[in-house]
Amino acid sequence: MAVTLTEAGGRRRASRRGVVPLAVGLLMILVWVVTALGADWIAPYPPADIDFLAISQPPSPAHWFGTDQLGRDILSRVIHGGTYVLTIAPAATLLGLGLGAAIGLATAWFGSWFDEAVMRVLDAVMAFPIVILAMLALTFLGAGTGNVVLVIGLVFAPLIARTVRAAALVEARKEYVMAAQLRGEGSLHIMAMELLPNVRGPLIVEGTVRLGYAVFTSATLGFLGLGVQPPTPDWGLMVSENQALLTTAPWTVLFPALAIAWVVVAIGLAADGLKEYLEP
Amino acid sequence: MTASSTGPLLELDNVTISYQRRRDRVDAVRGVSLIIQPGEAYGLVGESGCGKSTLAMAVMRHLPRNGILSGGQVLFEDRDLFRLNQAELRRVRGGRIAMVYQNPESALNPTLKVGEQVAEVFRLHRALRHRPAAEAALDMLRKVRIAEPDRVVGLYPYQLSGGMRQRVVIAMALAADPALLVLDEPTTALDATVQADILDLFTDLRGEMKAAILFISHNLAVVQQVCDRIGVMYGGELIEQGTVAEVFKRPRHPYTAALFDCIPDFGVRKSDRRLAGIAGGVPDLAALGTACLYEPRCLISRQLCRVEHPDLMRAGSRHLSRCFFHAETPAPGAAARVRPEAVPVPDVTAGIPLLSLHGVGRRYGRAHILKDIDLEIAPGETFGLVGESGSGKSTLAKVISGLVPPSAGTVALAGERVAGQVGKRTGRQRRDVQMVFQTPDTTLNPRKKVASILGRAVRVLAGLGGKRKRDRSSALLGDVQLPVEMLRATPDRLSGGQRQRVAIARAFAGDPRLVILDEPTSALDVSVQASILNLLLDLQRESQAAYLFISHDLAVVRYLSDRIGVMYLGELVEVGPTERVFRPPFHPYTQALIAAVPRLGGAAPERPVSLDKPAPGPSERPEGCPFQTRCPRAYDRCRAEAPPWRDAGEGHMIRCWVALDALEASQSAALKPRRVQAPLPIGRRP
Repeated sequence: MAVTLTEAGGRRRASRRGVVPLAVGLLMILVWVVTALGADWIAPYPPADIDFLAISQPPSPAHWFGTDQLGRDILSRVIHGGTYVLTIAPAATLLGLGLGAAIGLATAWFGSWFDEAVMRVLDAVMAFPIVILAMLALTFLGAGTGNVVLVIGLVFAPLIARTVRAAALVEARKEYVMAAQLRGEGSLHIMAMELLPNVRGPLIVEGTVRLGYAVFTSATLGFLGLGVQPPTPDWGLMVSENQALLTTAPWTVLFPALAIAWVVVAIGLAADGLKEYLEP
Repeated sequence: MTASSTGPLLELDNVTISYQRRRDRVDAVRGVSLIIQPGEAYGLVGESGCGKSTLAMAVMRHLPRNGILSGGQVLFEDRDLFRLNQAELRRVRGGRIAMVYQNPESALNPTLKVGEQVAEVFRLHRALRHRPAAEAALDMLRKVRIAEPDRVVGLYPYQLSGGMRQRVVIAMALAADPALLVLDEPTTALDATVQADILDLFTDLRGEMKAAILFISHNLAVVQQVCDRIGVMYGGELIEQGTVAEVFKRPRHPYTAALFDCIPDFGVRKSDRRLAGIAGGVPDLAALGTACLYEPRCLISRQLCRVEHPDLMRAGSRHLSRCFFHAETPAPGAAARVRPEAVPVPDVTAGIPLLSLHGVGRRYGRAHILKDIDLEIAPGETFGLVGESGSGKSTLAKVISGLVPPSAGTVALAGERVAGQVGKRTGRQRRDVQMVFQTPDTTLNPRKKVASILGRAVRVLAGLGGKRKRDRSSALLGDVQLPVEMLRATPDRLSGGQRQRVAIARAFAGDPRLVILDEPTSALDVSVQASILNLLLDLQRESQAAYLFISHDLAVVRYLSDRIGVMYLGELVEVGPTERVFRPPFHPYTQALIAAVPRLGGAAPERPVSLDKPAPGPSERPEGCPFQTRCPRAYDRCRAEAPPWRDAGEGHMIRCWVALDALEASQSAALKPRRVQAPLPIGRRP
């Protein structure tokens, strides 16, 4: 019998939709990765350098983004601030993905009362706005970078778990899973080796979407004073510190806010592109 | 009727349809010309990917977005369909041409009552007012022989069975009084018993209505029953066309002849002959040369076939063939007789049965999915399990394999009771029972390479590692006749048949003693099915494994099985050696199943038992005999008490209140006219 490998091969990745937004988004993020990594060399001034001779200066050739009420260079602070966002958000997202995937796979696989119980608890948790939950948790745990990561990861986990559970429920009914059961594979093997690779697509898409929200949430927590503490040049914190100057020195708020928006939009673009790219 | 004088109703003239892909264009239909006269029934057959559905969509001018008519024209009532404006097109579609699709679920609006949906067509296309439309709808439902039409008009689609839904769809199609009815696999999604009823309906309607029919199907027997003429498609081309009588009696294209050989006739057994598959695969439409498309698979090809592409040529007064050597087309059956099958006959009576079930039941809440199943399977035996969908066949398979624990009764392997859940069985017991599933698309983990799929099965089931594991994986792939390079492929690179072969290899990784085959070929084309069935026979001869073969296709089950069990509403109603089960006396339900098998070659058999009424759901199980609500022979006792098992001899058991000799007498009489007709052309020369 003559057998060829080409028969059904044409279907695979026939479309390359989503490449453009994905590339643009990634490039926009790359800008911040580069500046954050090279912040010490790129930033014109040290981020915490106080210059009482240049207080609340508008943008000028010496200070492109202007200065704040302590005379600190906004551009330098924004550049350094990227470091925090770009570590906190991915770390928190990864934590949420790991936790969410584990919960989602377990509820989908074990089903029955376990699924019911866990999902009802998660529903209850998700009834609260994320920021309120995070605020509550941080009030208990105390502010700080590590705790922000932990808290954002925890509050994202239920959302990710729901997505993973829905995808895994579909997969768990498929015949290759039954074949694994007939071999006597344990639950751990089935969840990790059979189900997880097949919910990878939704998991990645959910992850990128969550990454955008993580940037936003960490900025919000910084704004509320629950994130990293002054004088760290965190974007959210900068907006918060300078909000009183909004009318007199708007650049002190505008540039960190623009930076937040930039990253969130970039991640959103990348997420959309990735979703189109991965889905048939 | 519009002015459609005496000319043809539908004329396809040299139609070529192309699909635009990213980089290239593929001609899915190439140069097809055919004519359908008013009132004629034309059948279009072919395997998946041959272009028949694309052609049907072109007749509705309903091509997918990336599909274009790149050559020729489609004339309907002398008007070019592809030049009509939207308003004209709307009037033609649904008004003059109506379509019935494979899946009645998606053709009906779930939020509208059945009566309203049918009435809507009358209002739209026949300009009837509200009341007359409703009355006309009721009339139409009567015409398609729906049971209790007055009640059905007030029901929603979800409240109907699949067969009833399809009747509603047909009623809607007929409501506009179309001149052409396009039927795209209208019975493929239905049970055989329901299919038989729907086909009867088409046959009857042809007498009452003047609509012409374009009937598209992969099933030759089904087309034969309804149509006057038939066209066979291969690789996007029409390769043979003729009257049904001519083509079925004496096909004039080697492909058509080979297709006939792939189908086990009803009555042929594995001990009679080996099924002939068709070697190779369908041509790659993106890379066509100048040769005959079928040449690589053809048994009678010559030098000419490799250099020149044949045109359709005359092979009889109304018979066309796209083959230079059509006169030499082998008669069906000629190729098949070359290799008669030597099959081992297992001794069912001796020794301990490999599998024994006692009083096995499975319920979900009040619903009994399985009830009181007693069953024994001998080592090396092939046991066939038949029944309509919902009869509990697959649940029984899952109970035996341990995927679903029974809620009553015991399962024993080689005399040793095993746990209900597969996870609680011993490694040896798991090795002994493996399964091959129905759906080629989901039977393999799409994220794993074949090497890893087989390797894992070998490691876990055979306990081999390292090089021995890899050697065994390659050997398994060889056993299922796939090249060893395929180890590196992922499932999306394999065809349906190839995936099913890998799944079979996986099941055999640990030398199982019982392999459960749950509709393993239902999703495959007949040519692929034939080669898979042959493969299963070969593997069984070498491994001595017993098979539990589940299928809705009685011809296939009869071909393969040593013994057969018939299930109805979760109970076994008849068990016996294959030839005994297909000979009177049989259970009235079995009789209905057998009568519903579409047969190649013969006239439609008379059907003494029709299962027009749908089966009750598992939660509305009737008192007494489960079949009594549909049984034409049911009497008082059947409605009160569960029937006893009656012994018809030679291990043939029937569960029925009617005395066996009474059953036999009436059933033999009913069978007589059919037997005389000698309906099967296959395997004998006319």
